Amino acid sequence: MKMPRFSRKTLCIPYCVFLIFFVILPMLVIFIYAFTDKNMNFSFGNFVKFFSDPTKLSTIVYSFVIAIVTTAVCLIIAYPVALILARSKMKRKFVLLFLFVTPMWINFVLRVNAIRELLNWIGLLGEANYFNTIFGMVYDFLPFMILPLYTTMMKIDNSLYEASADLGGNSFTTFTRVTLPLSMPGIMSGVTMVFLPSMTNYVVSDMLGNSKVTIIGKFIETYFGTDWHMGSMIALILLIIVFTSTALTGGFKSEDNVRGANL
Amino acid sequence: MAEHIIELKGVTKYYDDNLVIDNVSFYVNKGEFITFLGPSGCGKTTTLRMIAGFDIPTSGQILLNGKDISLLPPNKRPVNTVFQRYALFPHLNIFENIAFGLRCKKVVNTYQNENGETYTKTERFSKKEIAEKVKKALAVVDLEGFEKRSVSTLSGGQQQRVAIARAIVNEPEILLLDEPLGALDLKMRKEMQIELKEMHKRLGITFIYVTHDQEEALTMSDTIVVMADGVVQQIGTPTDIYNEPANTFVADFIGESNIFNGTVVGDKKVKFCGKTFDCLDKFEKNELVDVVVRPEDVHMCTPEDGKLKGEVISVVFKGIHYEITVQVGRFEFVIQSTENRTVGETIGMNVSPDGIHLMKPKYTTNVFDGTITKRNTVEFADGEFECDVTQLYPNSRIDEEEYLVTETGERIDLTGTEVRVEVGLNDVMISDDETAGGTTGHIISIIYKGDHYRLIVRTEESEEDFVFTSADLWNENDFVSVIIPKEKIKLSLKHTEEKKR
Amino acid sequence: MIKKCLKAFYIGLILLLLYAPILLLAVYSFNESDLIGTWGAPSFKHYTALFTDPAILGMIGNTLLLALIAAVLSTVLGTVGALGMFYCKKRTRTAISGVSQIPIINAEIVTALALAITFVTVGMEKSFFTLVVGHMVICTPFVVLSVIPKLKQMDGSLYEAALDLGASPAKALFKVVLPQIIPGVISGFMLAVTLSLDDYIVTSYCKPSTFNTISTYVYNATTKGNAHTAETLSSFWALTTIIFVIILAVVLVANLTGRKKKEERR
Repeated sequence: MKMPRFSRKTLCIPYCVFLIFFVILPMLVIFIYAFTDKNMNFSFGNFVKFFSDPTKLSTIVYSFVIAIVTTAVCLIIAYPVALILARSKMKRKFVLLFLFVTPMWINFVLRVNAIRELLNWIGLLGEANYFNTIFGMVYDFLPFMILPLYTTMMKIDNSLYEASADLGGNSFTTFTRVTLPLSMPGIMSGVTMVFLPSMTNYVVSDMLGNSKVTIIGKFIETYFGTDWHMGSMIALILLIIVFTSTALTGGFKSEDNVRGANL
Repeated sequence: MAEHIIELKGVTKYYDDNLVIDNVSFYVNKGEFITFLGPSGCGKTTTLRMIAGFDIPTSGQILLNGKDISLLPPNKRPVNTVFQRYALFPHLNIFENIAFGLRCKKVVNTYQNENGETYTKTERFSKKEIAEKVKKALAVVDLEGFEKRSVSTLSGGQQQRVAIARAIVNEPEILLLDEPLGALDLKMRKEMQIELKEMHKRLGITFIYVTHDQEEALTMSDTIVVMADGVVQQIGTPTDIYNEPANTFVADFIGESNIFNGTVVGDKKVKFCGKTFDCLDKFEKNELVDVVVRPEDVHMCTPEDGKLKGEVISVVFKGIHYEITVQVGRFEFVIQSTENRTVGETIGMNVSPDGIHLMKPKYTTNVFDGTITKRNTVEFADGEFECDVTQLYPNSRIDEEEYLVTETGERIDLTGTEVRVEVGLNDVMISDDETAGGTTGHIISIIYKGDHYRLIVRTEESEEDFVFTSADLWNENDFVSVIIPKEKIKLSLKHTEEKKR
Repeated sequence: MIKKCLKAFYIGLILLLLYAPILLLAVYSFNESDLIGTWGAPSFKHYTALFTDPAILGMIGNTLLLALIAAVLSTVLGTVGALGMFYCKKRTRTAISGVSQIPIINAEIVTALALAITFVTVGMEKSFFTLVVGHMVICTPFVVLSVIPKLKQMDGSLYEAALDLGASPAKALFKVVLPQIIPGVISGFMLAVTLSLDDYIVTSYCKPSTFNTISTYVYNATTKGNAHTAETLSSFWALTTIIFVIILAVVLVANLTGRKKKEERR
């Protein structure tokens, strides 16, 4: 006779229920809203309306441009930082890395507020909205770029640099043919982690752009008050953009999470 | 005379404050297969890295074909390395890995113009040349057709071959191999040893090989450089090193040995294990020596015919031979023989003169620089020991205020006096109890000498060594405290000694 | 040598830029001026304002309470979930962890909007409960992510060994498996706390209108400005400084104790 046995698998039931109710269901709900009209009848109206409205499309383009510029600037600043830190022979270099990550633990909105005060002091607040937005985003998302770059570079075995020199490569060749290609996964990961929030996190653009800069995230926020169906459609489009770009750049890596780095 | 392709002159290397290479000098003949052999941390890899250019000597010179290259960066040196864990570029396929060096290289080509004048151009290799060279290199390592494969799909042995191909394709003057077979399994390693040896013959370039595997070194090399503690112990052919080890370290490290303390009792006569033997090495009469006898040089016979007689205490079958341990009085002998014996049997043993190797003992006593401290104790080797300071002045004594009073009644405060401290090999004891002795350290070497062990304990801070004998078996790396009885510490004043000279 | 100096200079410059805004606020937080750029006498008035304004004190309390509750619940749910997932068949495990990744990858605004619309659709009033659920949605997947690797590192036969020695399954999980994964659980909890403290978007969509956290309060004060005086805004300087000092202290202590442990091991 068999006793009913305890199965460890059953432990995942509460989490599964949670995921079904608060992750899958909400996704279904916005999917339904996106493809229905005000009377909850099936409709492609929102989809057509979205792609035929030049102001909506131009917002998307602007948002893309801001995100691309932010990502590029972050990459240009962060790459040397990560490389210097990763290749430094300093014993306490993790302390330096901490210094780069520490501001991340200050409340996001308070941090943006600090930049706002700085820009106000310089006299740029309300004067150069796009510059301010990008400046703020670069400031806020820089660690998201440094950390994955650093972890990838730390994984490059020193003997590979030595092998390159041994085979006659000078420092330029070594950089272009060894360092750069081998740090590509870090670049991809960093780009994803900066690009996506700079397209969607409207806190920065609102607080620094004098509410004159609209990014996709803000767009959804405005429709939340007026037209859920349209809002859901934009959210759905954003969802597709986010998931395709994540899939393209190789997915999310938990080790690259900035706040998790310390612990 | 053969050309010296590489010569090291008094090379010393410090990492931070640690001395890793201590005044090493030797040369390598062109076309030779030379091996740096030694236990891990002996400095063999550092020496190789300095030849490759990854490390720069703290002092001394490295000459390549007579020119000083000590400061030349690795990419400017005509040497290539096969790395320990291969260091293949994971993002490049096999072809690109091998072509890497060729793409970095510039060659001077000579052309003729219409007028028949010749001119030279510095160019990179053409695509065709690169493809050809890569193909050839792959053929050398038996990996034809692997060009498009990615590194991760290869087995360890194949990666090893690619690493070799990547190095030799550049036609270096010297090929450096840093424990290249360490990551392979035994069978693979044996195969690669033969292949490497053949490759060396075929290519005709100089091979510098680093390994800690003595068997590998003996099979493959023309010359072996045995290193320990950053110092060259012996340089010679495999036969020389095996048959005539320069000291007990080499004897113990290369092959198996029976090592005993012996005394020279006459012309080419040595006494050990209580018997006198004929030998070939000449030493002064009454000199104390280390005696090394290889297990295969001990011949077994009937108890009556043997100079030595003993009881078999263990027999282990090792495939091609038996390893037989025999107790002769207090001493243990290890014998390798194709003949079998049974445990408990009494046998006789003989050693012929050419099987007995005598060598000057490296250590006869321990000498340290010390300082007398306040309580009439002496401080040396990271510790403080009780001692008898009255021995510094004949007929002196200590008065009730702890001052030293000399024969003539003079009172001397010895605090701060620098002294020479001498401790005999039999006067040191060690203990597990870290607080029991005057100083502490790790056991860095253990050599069995038939009836006792010779141990070396190295202190942590100033890395002073205590050499001594012990009847007990300890483990290498054990952390122990060093105990020296008060009366066994011999002190002498430093400055008076200098005056004498 | 020049190269080394250049490198040090570059690192220093970027660090300076990174800390400039915070240091600016920190300096002015000890000044009586309400406007950065005009220098007044040194004063603790911003700190006094911070600690006497009931609205500000309330929202700080709310933030901490919310973070604590959300983090505890997320940690329990995530740890138990990770354990269950780990022992599931591979296909089930892949499916669950795939869904679990959605809130991590997804733009926060999409998660927030979807949750908010769902709450309304199923007729749930926005309340502290919906807010906690919202935070759990963003925190729990991170807890799972930090626990799973520890489970993978664990020797698989430990659990069996415990059963073999007579432990009940529950006891084996608590006494043997849990101690093995506790570092992952702790880091998951810390991660959940920081994520919750930091969040603005999900909070603003899931919170009842009268409830404010630091994030929503500061955001509203700066963007929808009029109702708030310059005094409120400048009291944020003090708040930023205090938080910064606390974080520095935590990082420092964590580093020092971590180093001590390492040294002890040697």
